[in-house]
Amino acid sequence: MIVEIGHFALVLATVIAVVQLVVPAIGATTRNPAMMAIGGPAALTQALLVAISFAALTHAYVTSDFSVENVYINSHSAKPMLYKVSGVWGNHEGSMLLWVLILAIFGAAVAIYGDNLPDTFRARVLAVQASIGVAFLLFILLTSNPFNRLVPAAIEGRGLNPILQDPALAFHPPFLYVGYVGFSMAFSFAVAALWEGRIDAAWARWVRPWTLAAWMSLTLGIAMGSWWAYYELGWGGWWFWDPVENASFMPWLAGTALIHSAVVMEKREALKVWTILLAILAFSLSLLGAFLVRSGVLTSVHSFAVDPKRGVVILVIMSIFVGGALLLYAFRASELRTGGLFQPISREGALVLNNVLLTTATITVFVGTLYPLALEAFNGAKISVGPPYFNMTFVPLMIPLLLAIPVGTMLPWKRGDLFAALQRLTFVAVLSIAALLATFAIVRRGPWLAPVTIAIGAWVMIGSVYDWLSRIRAFEVGRDEMFRRARNLPRSAYGTLLAHFGVGIMVIGITATSAWQTEVIKAVKPGESLAIAGYEVTFRGTAPRRGPNYQETVGLFAVSKGGTPFLELEGTKRLYDAPRQATTEAAIHASMFGDLYVVLGDELSDGGYAVRAYFHPMVRLIWIGSIVMSLGGILSLLDRRLRVGAPTRARRREPQPAE
Amino acid sequence: MPKTAALLRASALSILLASGAQAIEPGERLSDPALESRARALSAELRCLVCQNQSIDDSNAPLAKDLRLLVRERITAGDTDKDVLKFVVARYGDFVLLRPPFNLMTLALWLTPLLALIGGVIAFRRSFAALARSSPGEQPLSDAERRRLDEILRQPPDKSV
Repeated sequence: MIVEIGHFALVLATVIAVVQLVVPAIGATTRNPAMMAIGGPAALTQALLVAISFAALTHAYVTSDFSVENVYINSHSAKPMLYKVSGVWGNHEGSMLLWVLILAIFGAAVAIYGDNLPDTFRARVLAVQASIGVAFLLFILLTSNPFNRLVPAAIEGRGLNPILQDPALAFHPPFLYVGYVGFSMAFSFAVAALWEGRIDAAWARWVRPWTLAAWMSLTLGIAMGSWWAYYELGWGGWWFWDPVENASFMPWLAGTALIHSAVVMEKREALKVWTILLAILAFSLSLLGAFLVRSGVLTSVHSFAVDPKRGVVILVIMSIFVGGALLLYAFRASELRTGGLFQPISREGALVLNNVLLTTATITVFVGTLYPLALEAFNGAKISVGPPYFNMTFVPLMIPLLLAIPVGTMLPWKRGDLFAALQRLTFVAVLSIAALLATFAIVRRGPWLAPVTIAIGAWVMIGSVYDWLSRIRAFEVGRDEMFRRARNLPRSAYGTLLAHFGVGIMVIGITATSAWQTEVIKAVKPGESLAIAGYEVTFRGTAPRRGPNYQETVGLFAVSKGGTPFLELEGTKRLYDAPRQATTEAAIHASMFGDLYVVLGDELSDGGYAVRAYFHPMVRLIWIGSIVMSLGGILSLLDRRLRVGAPTRARRREPQPAE
Repeated sequence: MPKTAALLRASALSILLASGAQAIEPGERLSDPALESRARALSAELRCLVCQNQSIDDSNAPLAKDLRLLVRERITAGDTDKDVLKFVVARYGDFVLLRPPFNLMTLALWLTPLLALIGGVIAFRRSFAALARSSPGEQPLSDAERRRLDEILRQPPDKSV
């Protein structure tokens, strides 16, 4: 019964979404206040109905209702509760329902907080948001219905892919989706602005917090996926330039460009047209991501759906929204007046450089990801574009971007003096060069470029701290005055400083682990040991163990340093009951300088085991850096001026009476 | 449809491989560390043909193992890195290279990043120029304005800001 309610609620939500699309759109065109006013309640109702539908599916998963086909295929009664719940979105149908739920919640947010938007504009935003909803709701109902019944009902489910039975992967999709779908706000606002034919700084004040929230969530989602790959895949790789990773990375890059260009638009009313285009592109890339992952066009770990029919439908949805928005942009963009003059050497200029480099990086990832598909479709030739290509093209774009961060934040708006900014950064440069020399002195091996990128990471981090110190005039004024200034500095300024600081942390982590990782691969019998990075790892043998829904072989390792034993590690090989699949759980010991990572391999014919031990120096800085970046985003969101729904200067424009 | 079936199989395979990825085994390694590190570097450039987006260095598929052994065989036989790659490409085609070769078919792939960067810089330079043209430009200060400015500048800085 509950399942049917869920299904019915989804159908109703579709109908309401159509109303939310059509009525406010007509209302905005004919300036009919009553029709425009339908948008808000419709958005709220739609969100409520989709939430009911989602709750119904969750209920079916939690109670292991195997009369529902989707639950039967993807769940199992013996699964821990966490994975019963995460199983809801651990499959194609459920994940699309989650997508629509988040979309509807964002639409409801416009309805709730959008009082200060001009009525016609608000109606158009809600209509555009509803149009995306209609497309995906129909997609679910017609091709991917999670509520299909199974007759006769099964006694036991087939189980969730063991790879997905993991805390990080359980929450990876919701974070990613909040990011993807969050960009739909920027998209709806962009399309509504083009439709309305006007745009002002209030637009950026509205779009920026939502984009920032989406960006934060996407940052954490990507970081979680990378963290999962690191500990789960068995050798400590954390980024593979896999097409599915790239699918989430492209919207992230475009979104990062967007939050920077929106600053220029908000503060200086410049880059309007460009910001609109970026807003369209960021969500278009999210749709592309959904297409790539959901259609199965790229088959990899993430593609659970391998049904070409669905792929074609998503492709059509994507073409309509991307094509339609870009067409509208081509016709209307020239009508948007640009304002805010600035010189190339200025804060605006630095943010333009940021945008040029990030956009080029986005295009690079785009081409690298889709080129093999396009070429194969074009003349059947098969090529591979892998990590060596991306490292060669992407990294050189990031180096100037990173170098520019401290300089850009030092430059004033409108017109700056590059030489003066660089002069102020002398101290930072000296410290960074010291970091370079210190790195050389300590490691004395590995690629020559590595100490340089360590220095670049240091440059970004120290640059952020120095920027803060100079803003509070730490070197000029007394302590009380310094504290007063530190308190008065807006939270968004702290957000920027923290986010950039996080970028620096991440650069150091990426460099250190890529350049100075060590590994030992050895066949060992119980009692034998191997040495790595100053540790002595002794294999103590294996023991069987039973988990909630798996059987595992536990490899026991004793770790000592300088002859004193200090740690016992367990690296296991698991075999899940349903479906019967094997996974490897690495033994990881984190220390200040890096991770000791031990993997139990296959049993060899002589009774020994192949054991792999790795030392990943400072690898955790990659994820710590992402978390710090996201914290920067949160700080920015807490800024009064940016508080969602409280843009102080946005005036409500009364609708004109119809003539 | 056979294609769908193949995709399904590939996907199942990749999941399997990703979960138990064990890659290089102890017995495969060359005793000479210099040769071994060359072999590892080459392995990262070669695609495991039966997996999705894995290099032979990261994969434990039997074919990946065969390729790893082949690479080591060629290196031990005295081949340069280039020779080894040529040998592997002759057998498996360009598909095996994770860094695609630069040729007519991959021209757009390799040039796009550069062209995008140049295009971006040109586009923004143009819009700067257009903005500058549309603005009134700088006027020199009049004498009165200059005197007033000097006066302001001579005042002690305002500590309250």
